[in-house]
Amino acid sequence: MANVRPKADAVIVGLGWCGSLMAEELTRAGLNVVAIERGPWFETSTDFPPSVDTDELRWDTRRSMLLPPAIETTTFRNNRSQTALPTRDWSLNELGYNVGGSGTHWAGMAWRFLPFDFEPYSFTLKRYGKQQITEGLIVQDWGVSYDDLEPFYERFEKIAGVSGKAGVLNGQKIDGANIFEGNRKSEFPLPPLATTRLTDLFTDGSKKLGLHPFMVPAGQASQAYTNPLGVRMGPCTYCGYCLYYGCGNFSKSSPNACVIPALMQRSNFTVLTESAVLRATLAEDGKTATGVTYLDRNKKEWEQPADIVIFSAFQMQNVRLLLLSKIGKPYNPETREGVVGRAYSFQTVSGANLFFEDEQLNQYIGAGALSAQVDDYNGDNFDHTGKGFIGGAGILVVARGARPIGNADAVPPGTPRWGSEWKKAYTHAFQNGTFIFNQGTSFSHDECYLDLDPEYKDANGDPLIRVTFDYNENDRRMARFTEDRAVEIGKAMGAKIVNGFDSAAVNYGPYLPASDHTIGGAVMGLDPKTSVLNRYQQSWDVHNVFVLGASSFPNNAGYNPTSTIGALSLWTAKAIIDQYLGKRGPLVEVPA
Amino acid sequence: MKRRHSLASIALGGLALCGVVGLVLAAETLTQPGQQTDSAQGVKAPATTEDPAVARGRYVAIAGDCAACHTDPHQGKPFAGGYALQTPFGTLLASNITSDKNTGIGAWTEAEFTRAVREGKGRHGENLYPAMPYNAYVKVSDQDMHDLWAYMQTVPAVDNKVVSNQLPFPFNIRLMMMGWNLLFFDKTPIVPVASASAQINRGAYLVQGLGHCAACHTAKNFLGGDKGGAFLQGGELEGWHAPEITGNPAVGIGGWTPAQVVQYLKTSSNDVAVASGPMAEAVTNSTQHMTDDDLQAIAAYLQSLPGSDTAKAQPLAASDPVMQRGANVYSANCAACHNSDGKGINQLAAGFGNNPGVQAVNAQSLMTTVLQGGRGAVTLDNPTSGAMPSFAWKLSDEQVAATLTYIRNSWGNAAPAVTAKQVADTRKDLKLPAQLSIH
Repeated sequence: MANVRPKADAVIVGLGWCGSLMAEELTRAGLNVVAIERGPWFETSTDFPPSVDTDELRWDTRRSMLLPPAIETTTFRNNRSQTALPTRDWSLNELGYNVGGSGTHWAGMAWRFLPFDFEPYSFTLKRYGKQQITEGLIVQDWGVSYDDLEPFYERFEKIAGVSGKAGVLNGQKIDGANIFEGNRKSEFPLPPLATTRLTDLFTDGSKKLGLHPFMVPAGQASQAYTNPLGVRMGPCTYCGYCLYYGCGNFSKSSPNACVIPALMQRSNFTVLTESAVLRATLAEDGKTATGVTYLDRNKKEWEQPADIVIFSAFQMQNVRLLLLSKIGKPYNPETREGVVGRAYSFQTVSGANLFFEDEQLNQYIGAGALSAQVDDYNGDNFDHTGKGFIGGAGILVVARGARPIGNADAVPPGTPRWGSEWKKAYTHAFQNGTFIFNQGTSFSHDECYLDLDPEYKDANGDPLIRVTFDYNENDRRMARFTEDRAVEIGKAMGAKIVNGFDSAAVNYGPYLPASDHTIGGAVMGLDPKTSVLNRYQQSWDVHNVFVLGASSFPNNAGYNPTSTIGALSLWTAKAIIDQYLGKRGPLVEVPA
Repeated sequence: MKRRHSLASIALGGLALCGVVGLVLAAETLTQPGQQTDSAQGVKAPATTEDPAVARGRYVAIAGDCAACHTDPHQGKPFAGGYALQTPFGTLLASNITSDKNTGIGAWTEAEFTRAVREGKGRHGENLYPAMPYNAYVKVSDQDMHDLWAYMQTVPAVDNKVVSNQLPFPFNIRLMMMGWNLLFFDKTPIVPVASASAQINRGAYLVQGLGHCAACHTAKNFLGGDKGGAFLQGGELEGWHAPEITGNPAVGIGGWTPAQVVQYLKTSSNDVAVASGPMAEAVTNSTQHMTDDDLQAIAAYLQSLPGSDTAKAQPLAASDPVMQRGANVYSANCAACHNSDGKGINQLAAGFGNNPGVQAVNAQSLMTTVLQGGRGAVTLDNPTSGAMPSFAWKLSDEQVAATLTYIRNSWGNAAPAVTAKQVADTRKDLKLPAQLSIH
């Protein structure tokens, strides 16, 4: 017999970026909101102050801030002819396990997607025709355009304190910034981060090739900042302990630094920590959810009744919650019917390893998003005619800081693995070794999907998510093309050794972390036959359920996803407040 | 006597100083960030038909910071008591002053209430202990007391029986307070000083009376009474040093502008100091909700007091080995937030240069903060407010002493050095661990 909490106006599952942004909007609109977070409460000065931050072994090598696979993991196979097995070790699925979610440990790259990324089908059809789309590739429009989201990107960037320089500002292209970006109505809230030797080398090299380099928009405050919620951030100290680490300096954009201090002051907001939601509960007619069922930290089962249910639990878990709650029709890869679990994608990565001769990269300096990039080969920014693929990659260098354990293997090929030669190469590489990273688009395929594993279960007896995924031909062609571009840039930078690499040349595998951006499975769209959510991220089937996160993306852009996730969450919040509260029904009519 | 402001103008004043950055009107229904329905524990936003005496009384309760003791910070209901005050003589539990007839003051008369607050007498004539600062509240005007009573009667009743007197023998004998009162209870009501401005008189009224600042900021003698001739020149309490808050330019706030004083009280920090420790609660529950006029009056009055004759010392030379050791430890451990130039991060990490609190002769607060960590006061204006991690596990007594000595003598500062022994004693009193051994 379950215990029952008092009813809330809205229950939010997972208090990361999406959950905290939604909670801030809804509580400010007067709703009584309960957030349920599986992980523990995090306090900057107690859990990750600067005095314990700079510990590579603890936070990076041992991933102390991430969700341990023992608590929940996925099973994996490349295709349906194989049997999926559990991913038992740290893998490319890097989920948060704390208040703040992955937003606490992320690198901070704060991108807007391109207009193309939201309407890839329309753009491709118009420019190249249907023949440009390879067999089985899933290419579909999202139902929202870049212009729809522009004001919400702006609000997210202001809340997060993003440092950058506008490249296209009110129709004007600005030299030295990203001239390929979607049109912005305002500047970034903070100026870009300072450049380093590495970003300078990349900028000079790519300019020589006629490309258009710029500093990447960064979720690290370039100076002291007060955001629209009154929250204070400190200036980044370029300490180099960013990705996988919390920021003790209040400098990295995170829910903990940017939203939660304001949120916790509101008497109409409650967060239950160390409480794991199992599923949503549905009314008898299945048309609405009545709330969620969760386990508290003593594994006691509770009900949290609510009028609105928000799933904001990270991409994998959102899909899992939908399947376990029986919301929406699961995807069947044989019949190609159903939608939940369909359109799963990733990130396609290639690039080049570089070793200079006599450089001083000073890689103890770093910040998660301290990078220079060219977008000339990203998205649809170049002519794909005759190339046999769509999409592209952001090509960048990453001055994220080098650390002793992680760099042990970052030596030129042929270096002995131990001894005095290794030591010499290791020392030399600290000032001379780096890489160019191509962060490429990823399109899904009819054969790639998520479902519930038939055999493996978690500690509560619920099936794990099974990932069936491999790179498709479209993305492999794109990776080879951009690998060659990276090699060109590396040579133009003056590197002595330039070795291209292509992660998509082999089968995808969870232990090959080309990237950690896991995308789709509960996608938004215009047609309930090919999407789980409508353009407001509202379930087509259960109108009081909204799903926030990268699970909504039908395809991945050549960028990191966080700002887009944040903008979409704010977009959905506005739809809930302005439209749903008065209507309490589907916001989009099902197309005939 | 100056007119008290209605709560409406307080709320507006609070919002105006929230420092709201221009918002993107993505949603037309955006309200001002930081706008709350409850501004402090026990204080609800007023209904429009509220009796003005109740509204004024709520403000009096805020200025007097009754909630500081009478609302248990651990999930206690407003004014329901039960909070344990640690005094040098033992523990007292704050009483239940809700309108509950059995366990609160619901059955009291206004006269009994006034006698308790201003004269330190309980309902049956028994002596109250001056942990209840009646020796300051004696200065509160009749009008304010009347309004306060009107407000207290609206505080929702909470059934919570509290036995306040938990002191050990012989301090638990209330009759003993008769002697204390004879020695230290100055009953003279406040008289406006004719030669001073209305603003200074208002400030004096607030500081000496409702604000009861002397309770912490004036040193006490061994019997717990205020030391003579030391008004607001600094006091100790439970591991903290409450600094001098007179116009003394070296160790008081004489070097600050009035605006800096007001900003500190309103938002919990200015560009130098961050309110933490016991002062954090006073800002969060009391001063952040007071009107700008009242805060300016407090600033004017405090800065008008000449204070102690502690002059600025000669700073230790930077070449001194202790200073060099401190500089080293500082750059590795402190500079990330407090900056290599000692300027800190505005409203997040305190600045050290020309910071009177940092230069107080008594370095107790500094040692406590470094060893134990600290949390800036959270206000409507500053929900982050910054926090300081504990360094007890990371630094030795010598390292802490050297670093504090360095901070107290750099960037224009000058103050006596801190010794390793002082740090060791503090570590012991706070029951903090020793530095992790390096094996």
